[in-house]
Amino acid sequence: MRMIPPEFIVKIDDTCIKCKRCVNECSFGALKFENDRVVADHEKCVACHRCTAFCPTYAIKVEKFPMSFKDNALWGQDILKGLWKQAESGAKILTGAGNDKPYPIFWDRMVLDACQVTNPSIDPLREPMELRTYIGKKPDKLEFWQDKKGDIKLTTVMEPQIKLETPIIFAGMSYGAVSLNVQLILAKAARELGTIMNTGEGGLPQELADYKDNIVVQCASGRFGVDLSYLNSCAAVEIKIGQGAKPGIGGHLPGEKVTEEISRTRRIPSGTDAISPAPHHDIYSIEDLRQLIYALKEATRYKKPIGVKIAAVHNVAAIASGVVRAGADILTIDGFRGGTGASPQVIRDHVGIPIELALARVDEQLRKEGIRHMASIIASGGIRQSADVLKAIALGADAVAIGTAALISMGCHLCQKCHTGLCAWGIATQKPELVKRLKVEEGVRRLVNMIKAWNLEIKEILGALGVNSIESLRGSRERLRGVDLDEVYLDVLGIKPAGR
Amino acid sequence: MKIDAKGLNYRELNERIHDAVSKGVDEIDLVNVLGQRYIGTGLDREVTLNIYGTPGSDLGAFMDGPKINVFGSGQDDIGNTMNSGSIVIHGDAGNVVGLSMRTGKIFVKGSVGYRAGIHMKAYQDQCPVMVVGGKAGDFLGEYMAGGKLILLGIFKKEKDQVAGRYIATGMHGGVIYIRGGVNKNQVGRDVAVEEVTDEEKAEIRGEIEEFCRHFGITRIDDIMASPFVRLSPKSSRPYGKLYAY
Ligand code: SF4
Ligand code: SF4
Repeated sequence: MRMIPPEFIVKIDDTCIKCKRCVNECSFGALKFENDRVVADHEKCVACHRCTAFCPTYAIKVEKFPMSFKDNALWGQDILKGLWKQAESGAKILTGAGNDKPYPIFWDRMVLDACQVTNPSIDPLREPMELRTYIGKKPDKLEFWQDKKGDIKLTTVMEPQIKLETPIIFAGMSYGAVSLNVQLILAKAARELGTIMNTGEGGLPQELADYKDNIVVQCASGRFGVDLSYLNSCAAVEIKIGQGAKPGIGGHLPGEKVTEEISRTRRIPSGTDAISPAPHHDIYSIEDLRQLIYALKEATRYKKPIGVKIAAVHNVAAIASGVVRAGADILTIDGFRGGTGASPQVIRDHVGIPIELALARVDEQLRKEGIRHMASIIASGGIRQSADVLKAIALGADAVAIGTAALISMGCHLCQKCHTGLCAWGIATQKPELVKRLKVEEGVRRLVNMIKAWNLEIKEILGALGVNSIESLRGSRERLRGVDLDEVYLDVLGIKPAGR
Repeated sequence: MKIDAKGLNYRELNERIHDAVSKGVDEIDLVNVLGQRYIGTGLDREVTLNIYGTPGSDLGAFMDGPKINVFGSGQDDIGNTMNSGSIVIHGDAGNVVGLSMRTGKIFVKGSVGYRAGIHMKAYQDQCPVMVVGGKAGDFLGEYMAGGKLILLGIFKKEKDQVAGRYIATGMHGGVIYIRGGVNKNQVGRDVAVEEVTDEEKAEIRGEIEEFCRHFGITRIDDIMASPFVRLSPKSSRPYGKLYAY
C-alpha cells in the first residue's frame, strides 16, 4: 500500500526512439530502461524537466498525477501529504528554493508612472541613461576647498564605496548549497557586468580568487573559512544575521554534502555536519553587532564596506535602524520569498514578511531618523524581473540582489529539490557527474544576457518616466501607484492608489 | 618597542600597532592599556604584544600569528575567529573566549565567563587548544566542532562548580577535558562523559605543562593526580535524523 500518491506521472508515448537520453539525464532515478523500453517510477519524479529538455521526439511528458482529492479548502493536498510524510518519519520536512505559498505579491499590485504631454519622456536609444550605483556609507555633508588656482577640491574623506554598473547584484549562495560552477558563473558574470556576487557562508573556493573585486564574502555564525586572507579577498564583507527563507534559524549543511573540496573551503573535516548556529554567539545585542562590524573594519583596515544582512521580520524597521546605527555600511533585507538550499518547510513558508512591505518601512524609518545616507539598502527575496527592480528602487532600495532568478537563467526549473543534492541541472549539487552538466561559459553567457536585457528594460522605463538615471528614481514613491490594495497597505508602502 | 596607550582611543592605538608591525617591529610593549578594543585584531605576523593593563573586547580577533601576553585580565570575545597565534591571559577573561578559533592556543590563568570555546574547529593538522586555570561559566564548548579545551578548576573557591550549565550542547567534534568532573545534568545529551585514563592524561600533559610554564605554576604533578573527565560527541552528525526529504 502507498499512503502518499505521487505528485507527477511520467508518460512516454510511442514516438520514443529508445535513445535512453532521458534515463541518463534523470538524476532522481525516476527512469529506467527495462525490457526494451523506458519505464518510469512516478513517485521519484520531481518535475525538473531535464528529460523533456533532452528527448529528441517530445515523447516524454510530465503531468500532474490526476488524482482528485475531495475538495477541501482547509485540508489542502499538500497539507495531507506533509502529514503522511511526518507520520512516516517523525521528522521536520525539509525543502529547497523559495516560499511557494499563495501570499499576496505586492510587486504585482504596484504600477509605475510614465510621462505624457506635460513633461517629455526620454528615448534611451538616443540619450545616455545612467544605471551606475555606488554602494556604501555616504557622508553627512560634503566639504570643499578652493586652492590658489581656483580649483575646487573635496576635503570630506569618503568611506569606501563599491561601484556598480547596474543596480542588480547576486545574492549570497554558498559553495555547498550550489556547485562550484554556479559560483564561477556568478563571479565571471559579475565581472563582465560590473557588479558583485556573494559567496554565502561557505568560504571562498580558491578558483574564485581572481574575481575578488567582484566578490562579497560572508561572515556568518559558523565562521566557515573566515580568516584574514578571506576577509581581504573581496570588495566587501557581509555579516549574515538572517536569511529570508529561514529567519531566526541557523543552517546545517548535512555531512554527506561536505565533500573533500567543500571541506577545504569551509576548513572542516569532510563528512561532518557544517552547523551554523542560529545566532552569532558573539552577537546578542545591537552593541555586540557594532563590536563585530568594527572588528571586521579593523581586520580590513577600514578599506572595505561592511554589510549586514537581515531577514525581513515584523520589527524590521526598528532592527534596521539599530543595524545602521551600529555602523553597517550596507544593509541587506531579505524578504520571506527568498530562496534557500535547504530550509525546514514550516519556516520557509510561515516566517517573515514580504520584502516590499519591509523595504518601504525601513526606508521610511531611516529617513525619519535622518540616517538613510549612513547605509545603502539592498532588497532581496523574490525579485523576479526588471519591473520588480524598478519598483524596489522607487520604494527606496539602492540596489537589489537576485538569487533564484540568476539560477533560473542557468537552467533551474524550480523543482524545489535543492536540499536533496541531486539537482539535475547541475546547480544545487556537488556530484561531479551532475556539476559538469552546467557549463561555465554557457552559464555566464545566459546570466549576462539576462541582466543586460533587464538593464535595457530598466533604461526603457526610466526614459518613460522622464529621468535619465536610476538615482533619480531612488526612493521616489510618487512614481508608484497601488492597485487592489487597501488603505493600510497603501499606508505601509507609502504610495497613493492608482487614480489619485 | 613601547607604546603608551594612555589617552589613545582604540583606533589610534591600533593604527600605531599596525604601523609598527608593518615596519618590521617584532615585539611591542603596550602600557597603560585601558579597555581599548581590537588589539592585535587583523595582525598576520608573528609579532609579540605584551599588554600591561586591561585590553578591551575582541583582543586578537581574526588574527593570524601574533603572540599576545596580557599582564592583567581581558574582556569579551578574546581570540574571536582567530586563525593562529597565542593569547596568554594572566588574569581572568570575559565571555565568549575563543569563539570559532581555528588553530593557535589560548591560556587563561584565572576563570572565563559564559560561552567559552563555542564552535572551535579543527581541520587536518590544525587544532586549536584552550586551557583555563579557573572555572568556566555556562555554555562552555557549545557547538564545538574540533579542537581541545582543558578546564583545570585550580583557581576557584572550594564550593564553586568548575563549569556552569549546558556544557557542550550541540557538540559534534573536538574534545573537552575537565579536571574534577561534572554532573551529567550539566552536559548536553549528545555528549559522552568518560573518565580519563592515565595514558590519555599523559597525552594532555604537554598542554598543561605549557599552561603552568606561562604562569610559573610548579605543582603540575598535583594537578595531574586529580581525576579528569573527557567530553566528546556521540556523533559528528547531531542533527542527522531531524529531517524528512
Ligand atoms: S529521451 Fe525521449 S526518445 Fe529518448 S528514450 Fe527517453 S522518451 Fe524515448
Ligand atoms: S536549483 Fe536545481 S534542485 Fe533547486 S529548484 Fe532549481 S532545478 Fe530544482
